[in-house]
Amino acid sequence: MKEIVIKADGLTKKFGDFIATNAISFQVEKGEIFGFLGANGAGKTTAMRMLCGLSIPSSGKATVAGFDVYKETEHIKQNIGYMSQKFSLYEDLTVKENIRFYAGIYGMSRTSIKEKMTALLAQLQMTAEENTLVKALPLGWKQKLAFSVAILHEPKIVFLDEPTGGVDPVTRREFWNLIYEAAANGITVFVTTHYMDEAEYCDRVSIMVDGVIEALDTPGNLKTIFNAASMDDVFLQLARGAKRTAD
Amino acid sequence: MKQFFIFVKKEFYHIFRDRKSLLIIIMMPIVQIILFGFALTNEIKDSNIAILDNARDESSAAIIQRLDASRYFNVYKNLQTQQDIETAFKTGKVRLVVVFQPKFQESLLHTNHAQIQLIADASDPNTATTVTNYATNIIGDYQQQLNEQLQVPLQIKPEIRMLYNPQLKGAYNFVPGVMAMILILIAAMMTSVAIVREKEINTMEVILVSPLKPLLFILSKAIPYIVLSLVNVVTILIVSVTILDVPINGSLFLLMAESLLFIITAVSLGLMISNFTKTQQEAQMFSLMALLLPTLLLGGFMFPIESMPLPLQVVSNIVPSKWYYLIVKDVMIKGLGFSQVWKETLVLLGMSLFLLAVSFKKFKIRLS
Repeated sequence: MKEIVIKADGLTKKFGDFIATNAISFQVEKGEIFGFLGANGAGKTTAMRMLCGLSIPSSGKATVAGFDVYKETEHIKQNIGYMSQKFSLYEDLTVKENIRFYAGIYGMSRTSIKEKMTALLAQLQMTAEENTLVKALPLGWKQKLAFSVAILHEPKIVFLDEPTGGVDPVTRREFWNLIYEAAANGITVFVTTHYMDEAEYCDRVSIMVDGVIEALDTPGNLKTIFNAASMDDVFLQLARGAKRTAD
Repeated sequence: MKQFFIFVKKEFYHIFRDRKSLLIIIMMPIVQIILFGFALTNEIKDSNIAILDNARDESSAAIIQRLDASRYFNVYKNLQTQQDIETAFKTGKVRLVVVFQPKFQESLLHTNHAQIQLIADASDPNTATTVTNYATNIIGDYQQQLNEQLQVPLQIKPEIRMLYNPQLKGAYNFVPGVMAMILILIAAMMTSVAIVREKEINTMEVILVSPLKPLLFILSKAIPYIVLSLVNVVTILIVSVTILDVPINGSLFLLMAESLLFIITAVSLGLMISNFTKTQQEAQMFSLMALLLPTLLLGGFMFPIESMPLPLQVVSNIVPSKWYYLIVKDVMIKGLGFSQVWKETLVLLGMSLFLLAVSFKKFKIRLS
């Protein structure tokens, strides 16, 4: 039995009468790449915000890295990384300054920042660009850098909110190589995406429709159950029944 | 603590990399203070005046009665000695002191002329000129009326003295005003824009997900702008002393301390604005409308608050710039000490604490 790092049990968030996520339950194992799929407005972001400690659930239970989402958000924050769909790097800071800043707010020591930074820049083949302003970098590089910065403090879990929006397939493939590498190093990856080809890369996938998890399994099993040729078909079969459209 | 330094350093990178804004921040006070040479003159009603009547005769009583009856003046106080004059001005309640020489009527009737001394608080030169003109006219009316009954013309000669600002320099008035305006603009607007920008470029989410404490975030956002605003205060003071010949009569330390307090009030306003705006433009517009306009209109340095309708006078009390303007005028121009401005200081302190508490609470709510 593998270690469970995210555990949600009947997790619900209501905004007035509107139920954004309706009693969702799932578990994510250590080192797993967990795809969190759903159409716009299905409740993905709300669920993710609750797990990150940004939003307090209305009811239900959840633990992240063993910490309670109601009471131990400070501990959760120490143990997770986060990257959102729009970049979270500062365009007017250089590559180096961005790395130092983000590592710094996680309380990393000066020497360990330096060590990690050298390794990271080498890995991304960006050593020559360390003093370049981020705004001068190509989109794909920015995203790879943002991801690497998000896992620099060696979190147990990294949350990725549509991390590959707007980049070309080649760069997306490269980005996923970074994700695999992180997972191989024992970091659990919780990723939301719109791209169904990316869903195929995940170990397990959950598909949310109207605030409820309609399906949760490996991509292979899902395709068998829904008798579909691709994840795209699976998704379309489920999402067609959706009533909510707004984000 | 280390997180804090890293954050503050990052803020300074933002400020120094944005050359255009930096240039505006540094140059604006200098340009403004040189441009704002001309303030507006207005009719001033119901000014409090004090009387030092050394004559106590019929004529002096008649003039006092006329002054009091006019819509321009209220006789606020009767003074006993020459020393009382200074004291009366320092309370800040009196605009003009009218001094009658001993044996006023006797001298008027026997030598055909007599003197009245009009002493005005000229730290606000426009008001001072206006009130002395009103008084001179009222005295002139009385003189004319007397002359109608007599063959030999009598002459009452008002002697005018402008206290604190003998050359009636407009600069004495607008330097404190520009200081209030610049600080509100830089400290409040820049802080709100700096925070809202983090929302706009989505770095806010990452910071909220990080273990950085909200209080630390707020502080590290505010500190760079507090420093920058203090630089502005120094620039304004240097320009005032060297180019405009406006001296710093009071304690420089007190002036700086009061300015720091006002900057903190302004920064708290900026934090507050950042709580309910989503884009940098929104924050900018809001700062201009909600802070700059009231500062200009109700701050007291362009339009005298006393001649405004009562509701506006009441509203002016919630404009922090009004209090800071009063403090700077008293400390810098009149050379008064802390004992004379503690009330205004207390008001600013109260405002800052209130705003900080509210914005911090709001910030926490946003996290939940």
